[in-house]
Amino acid sequence: MIVMVGLPARGKTYISKKLTRYLNWIGVTTKVFNVGQYRRDATRSYNSFEFFKPDNSEAMKIRKACAVAALKDVCDYFTRELGQVVVFDATNTTPERREVILGFAKENGYKVFFVESICDDPEIIAENIKQVKLSSPDYVDCDKEEAVADFLKRIECYKMTYVPLDDNKDRNLSYIKIFNVGSRYLVNRVQDHIQSRIVYYLMNIHVTPRSIYLCRHGESELNLVGRIGGDSGLSARGAQFACALGTYMRGQCISDLKVWTSHMKRTIQTAEALGVQYEQWKALNEIDAGVCEDLTYEEIQENYPEEFALRDQDKYRYRYPKGESYEDLVQRLEPVIMELERQENVLVICHQAVMRCLLAYFLDKSA
Amino acid sequence: LVSLTVKSENVLRACCRHYGRPLASTVARSEHVTAGRRESEGDTQTHTLTHTLPGSVVIPRRAAWMKHRSPSEQHPGKRARVPAAAASTSRQDGMEDKAPPSNPRELTQNPLKKIWMPCKNGLPEKHISQRKGAYDGNHHPRPRMDTRPAPSLRVSVVSVVSVVCMTNCPTLIVTVGLPARGKTYISKKLTRYLNWIGVPTREFNVGQYRRECVKIYKSFEFFRPDNEEGLKIRRQCASAALNDVRQYLTEEGGQVAVFDATNTTRERRETIIEFAEQNGFKVFFVESVCEDPDVIQENIVQVKLGSPDYTNCNTEEAVEDFMKRIKCYENSYETLDEVLDRDLSYIKIMDVGQRYLVNRVLDHIQSRIVYYLMNIHITPRSIYLCRHGESELNVNGRIGGDSGLTPRGKEFAKKLSQFIQTQGISDLKVWTSQMKRTIQTAEALNVPYEQWKVLNEIDAGVCEEMMYEEIQEHYPLEFALRDQDKYRYRYPKGESYEDLVQRLEPVIMELERQENVLVICHQAVMRCLLAYFLDKTAEELPYLKCPLHTVLKLTPVAY
Repeated sequence: MIVMVGLPARGKTYISKKLTRYLNWIGVTTKVFNVGQYRRDATRSYNSFEFFKPDNSEAMKIRKACAVAALKDVCDYFTRELGQVVVFDATNTTPERREVILGFAKENGYKVFFVESICDDPEIIAENIKQVKLSSPDYVDCDKEEAVADFLKRIECYKMTYVPLDDNKDRNLSYIKIFNVGSRYLVNRVQDHIQSRIVYYLMNIHVTPRSIYLCRHGESELNLVGRIGGDSGLSARGAQFACALGTYMRGQCISDLKVWTSHMKRTIQTAEALGVQYEQWKALNEIDAGVCEDLTYEEIQENYPEEFALRDQDKYRYRYPKGESYEDLVQRLEPVIMELERQENVLVICHQAVMRCLLAYFLDKSA
Repeated sequence: LVSLTVKSENVLRACCRHYGRPLASTVARSEHVTAGRRESEGDTQTHTLTHTLPGSVVIPRRAAWMKHRSPSEQHPGKRARVPAAAASTSRQDGMEDKAPPSNPRELTQNPLKKIWMPCKNGLPEKHISQRKGAYDGNHHPRPRMDTRPAPSLRVSVVSVVSVVCMTNCPTLIVTVGLPARGKTYISKKLTRYLNWIGVPTREFNVGQYRRECVKIYKSFEFFRPDNEEGLKIRRQCASAALNDVRQYLTEEGGQVAVFDATNTTRERRETIIEFAEQNGFKVFFVESVCEDPDVIQENIVQVKLGSPDYTNCNTEEAVEDFMKRIKCYENSYETLDEVLDRDLSYIKIMDVGQRYLVNRVLDHIQSRIVYYLMNIHITPRSIYLCRHGESELNVNGRIGGDSGLTPRGKEFAKKLSQFIQTQGISDLKVWTSQMKRTIQTAEALNVPYEQWKVLNEIDAGVCEEMMYEEIQEHYPLEFALRDQDKYRYRYPKGESYEDLVQRLEPVIMELERQENVLVICHQAVMRCLLAYFLDKTAEELPYLKCPLHTVLKLTPVAY
């Protein structure tokens, strides 16, 4: 159980969703449970920050009930749906609330890892509120200034009882504290592999605005004759695409664009036409079709009819004989994703299967 | 001279903020460095082109290819083997360029690594980082070859331009901490890891310099803060070490230097930061903080007693003296501070890895270093490495494939099971590849095991399932190339040892996290893993002895 901790507008939900997307992509079944959602479902409509005042006992009852309901669903997810990781997205700002969660986890044999986001930069918080909260269902009928004022008061309500994870008292807990959107981290008692991967991921993501461009190589000779795999060069049309790509990218006027290709001729030729520095990654090579390399789909169907049928059954897990599966590709591409998270503006010139894997990560598509 | 793109400017500004220096002086310095580089004959070292990631290949933009060949590495008649120490201009592009290139560059595939490179006149222009043989077997750079042009080849030096582009500059890792906090252990381990993944790294232990300077160690008195003589010598040693660091990073092609010393005062660290800034190095501090007296005692016993400083002392004397030595440092120890040092990049390791404070990780290599440091531990354990039992293809002298075990192989599996039981290991993890022969071997152990695809044997591409004689007959050029550089040689449509190392890095990372593990794998794979643990170079790696039916038990001990 990954348990978020932090005042409102500290990026907890952003982190929860992103982390969940990453874990699912690498094959760890993960789900987010956002307690605010439970609250919105329980109360008919949001009136004002008064709901969150610590002395509003009626509201406190509702909020506690929501947390408990969410925890029950967590249990269901683990036992019935066989999920591996849950992200419990709520403020969890008091030691008491965290104790409740720890007790629940202990009862059920779940490991707990806290992710606390601490930020005191008023600019960042204002930006968060603007970007995310104003469009929240809570503020659907408010004008901007009202919404901001109300939300700030809401934060104040939490501040009164906020106790961050403590260096001393919580020294036996497993957690990461993220300060000021990642300029500093405190990591305590990482227990196992998945927690170590989560920490590594959280330490590599950033919120600087940027764009990622994905494309395939230009049409290749083998594409032209309907054959898969291989390492052929660009056809005339493919070369045309490469030129057009160059023109397009120049038109985008991006400062400091990184360009990545695979080790295969067709992506490299495409990059060459851009006239800029680029980096070749073997990990970006197209899926290895093993014995089916250089064959047409008809030839595969003829020579390997069983394989052909199996592939249709489960295209994600199907591995070509002496080749790879999409599932293998995802493992192979994980360092690329990690580096994409670290980078800013990047153009990745790759291949169909590879591009599908990368796209699935960004668009949160299932296997 | 030096043309700075927008990005470089911004980065320079950021670095100026980082170090609190005005922009103008920094620009002046970088130009100075460039000019300096231009002067040194044959020096084509440029830091702009180092990889984002170990294992990736950077191709600079076309307009800046510099045709500077090292004639000594030519092989007449073999067109492919002329490396060009090419350098690009500083222009980190920036698709802000106006005119598209007139003709796309021709590509040629490097016959050794099977990497497609732009070429001129039918000859590939190799990136400087691919220049073979830059380092000898000990990660030490080879002496520069004679660079006078060979009579048959026109050498045109377009320009030796290198810019102190901070995104790719060398990194100086600086340890911080009282004696007996594991700084040297961390330095050595980190150096070993970085070299293995392909980042040329070297450690510089100031204590070593001190031992060379002061031939005989008398007592802790040398380290007293009021010992003027001692302080002078220690400062000189630090300077000498920094000098060697500079040489390693700027002239010998080093990418990372680990400066291993106590560095416990802010003043000393300031000196180092200034030094790094003057030379265009990034600085990353690694502080080890530990107050647990048991851990410190254990360190002293395991490591210090065997030190050359205490050869003629008995245990009690040595421990007592060393404790007093630590005391000398304690009073002036200024730990990295959350507020005062908030602009520095560092990781603070507390209590042998229970807790970490990570501040301002600047780039990829620092991120990898942090990840590595957070995964290593010092709990005693053993790692067992072995190959699968003899397979059918082994018996037929064929490489690769996915055959099953022969009866002899099965016997090995049985024996392996017995051996493992006698070892009496608690909680042993067993890992195999996804190839039949390793799985069959593990099956005989009757314990749960995990299959890793990345532990699969090296892919011999078109040579799969061939015998060495057949390869020699059908692919004589390939056969010869492999002998020339077995580490970097990639089978056509296959892999190289170099590729294997990249592939195996997650295995090494997980091995570091784990305790007792048995890895049942394959010859080339086992060589790679062994090279990591035994700190073998790329040149030695492909020739390490990993015979069938042999188990290697690796138990880490203090260095």
